[in-house]
Amino acid sequence: MKKKAKYVIIGGGISGTSIAYHLADAGENDIVLLESGYLASGATGRCGAGVRQQWGTESNCRMAKMSIDFFEKAEEILEYDGDVEFKQEGYLIVNSNDEEAALSEKNVRLQRSLGIPAEMLTAEEAKEKIPHLNTDIVHSATFCGTDGHLNPFLMTDAFYKAAKKRGVTFYTYTHVEDIVTENGAIKAVKTDKGTIECEYVINAAGGHAQKIGEMVDVDIPVFSQNREILVTEPIEKIQGPMVISFSKNIYCQQTPHGSFIMGRGDDRDAGYSVHSTWKFLDEMAKTAAGLLPPIGELRVIRQWGGLYNMSPDRQPIISGCDVNGFYMACGFSGHGFMMGPVTGKLMSEMLLGLEPSMPLEELALERFEGQDLEAYETNVV
Amino acid sequence: MDPNKVIICRCSDVTLQDLHDLFKEGYETFDEVKRIARVGMGPCQANTCGKIVRKEIARYFNRPIEDVEFHRMRPFTMGVKLSAIKEAAEDEEES
Repeated sequence: MKKKAKYVIIGGGISGTSIAYHLADAGENDIVLLESGYLASGATGRCGAGVRQQWGTESNCRMAKMSIDFFEKAEEILEYDGDVEFKQEGYLIVNSNDEEAALSEKNVRLQRSLGIPAEMLTAEEAKEKIPHLNTDIVHSATFCGTDGHLNPFLMTDAFYKAAKKRGVTFYTYTHVEDIVTENGAIKAVKTDKGTIECEYVINAAGGHAQKIGEMVDVDIPVFSQNREILVTEPIEKIQGPMVISFSKNIYCQQTPHGSFIMGRGDDRDAGYSVHSTWKFLDEMAKTAAGLLPPIGELRVIRQWGGLYNMSPDRQPIISGCDVNGFYMACGFSGHGFMMGPVTGKLMSEMLLGLEPSMPLEELALERFEGQDLEAYETNVV
Repeated sequence: MDPNKVIICRCSDVTLQDLHDLFKEGYETFDEVKRIARVGMGPCQANTCGKIVRKEIARYFNRPIEDVEFHRMRPFTMGVKLSAIKEAAEDEEES
């Protein structure tokens, strides 16, 4: 193992690999990435593989749009030898009642003001997009045609290969045990395979980000929660867009491979378990078969869990802090995969002292110091 | 035997040659190979290919097979219709 590096990135999911790529692409050549399992073994590889721009806060909309713009050209930019399975057939967000429709209208206005081509649809128009949608329980919907699907494993692989080609060193199956500071500044990272002296540590540890923060006595106000998900057998294509509903608590899409992936959230304690439960399965089956009846005839082949890293306002934390050289990209609240490209770009700009591609105040750690948060993201399943 | 004609994973149509290509690129564990090539992600959930892939990893990297980790076992052992799960859940609520 290397004894010294300028940058040590902790976490080999979409955020960590994207940060590694963007830093290396900007000319930095002394970067190590540490991953405790295999690449994308955490939240990235467990997510629902959806990428959307229909958000309720300006920062989330901006980040999502910049990321979609990147995904459109990702294979070309990263010179990837595979297919990242990017499919832009839209997200259909279903409203159940007047209240939800009013919030959707407000969100669509915000999205459109930022160049995101979202629109309001009647229940009948929604049914044209998804013929098997049960419109008896649908009030109206919103739709954005450039949202869609992307393979999390292969997108991470694409960043990994591009970063590796630019000289980044990757250590997988390597556990971070401690971080050493001296006079309020980063000094080294201790792992089970050796110690690496460094100037910068970038915390991209997803569901374990708060534990990395504790190692340098930085209290990151995030917590982790197990969110479950399931996949069915693959069938011929019957559904283009992702369907989601915040009030019914469901997201469900057919992947290019043919299987349906669906998930929902529930109130459960914070923790690090990613186990599967019968309760999720029962509720998921009822919700999916109710909203999309023919999907009920599909066989479930696997269910699993992954960690949402929740921040107080459901927007990410992309920030430095009062420990010199310690930076973090965490608290994505279930949406780190789809914001991967912009996370890497913003973090590299921050580290290199470049002009940021978008305002960073709403993403800074300091925003939680006051009581009143300016923005709060409600569009979370 | 031509490794291009030896099917390792029937669900995702992965050949022995595909596996060897991934090993050569540096994907050395079942979980890594699974994420790139989809072995073990189909309807059989590695019930067919799991042992073969582990054996090939052991052979290729000259490791004892008991050291080659498998993916995490999760429900289901065989496919179950969502409608059947829904009906069972509703029956339970009524009783």
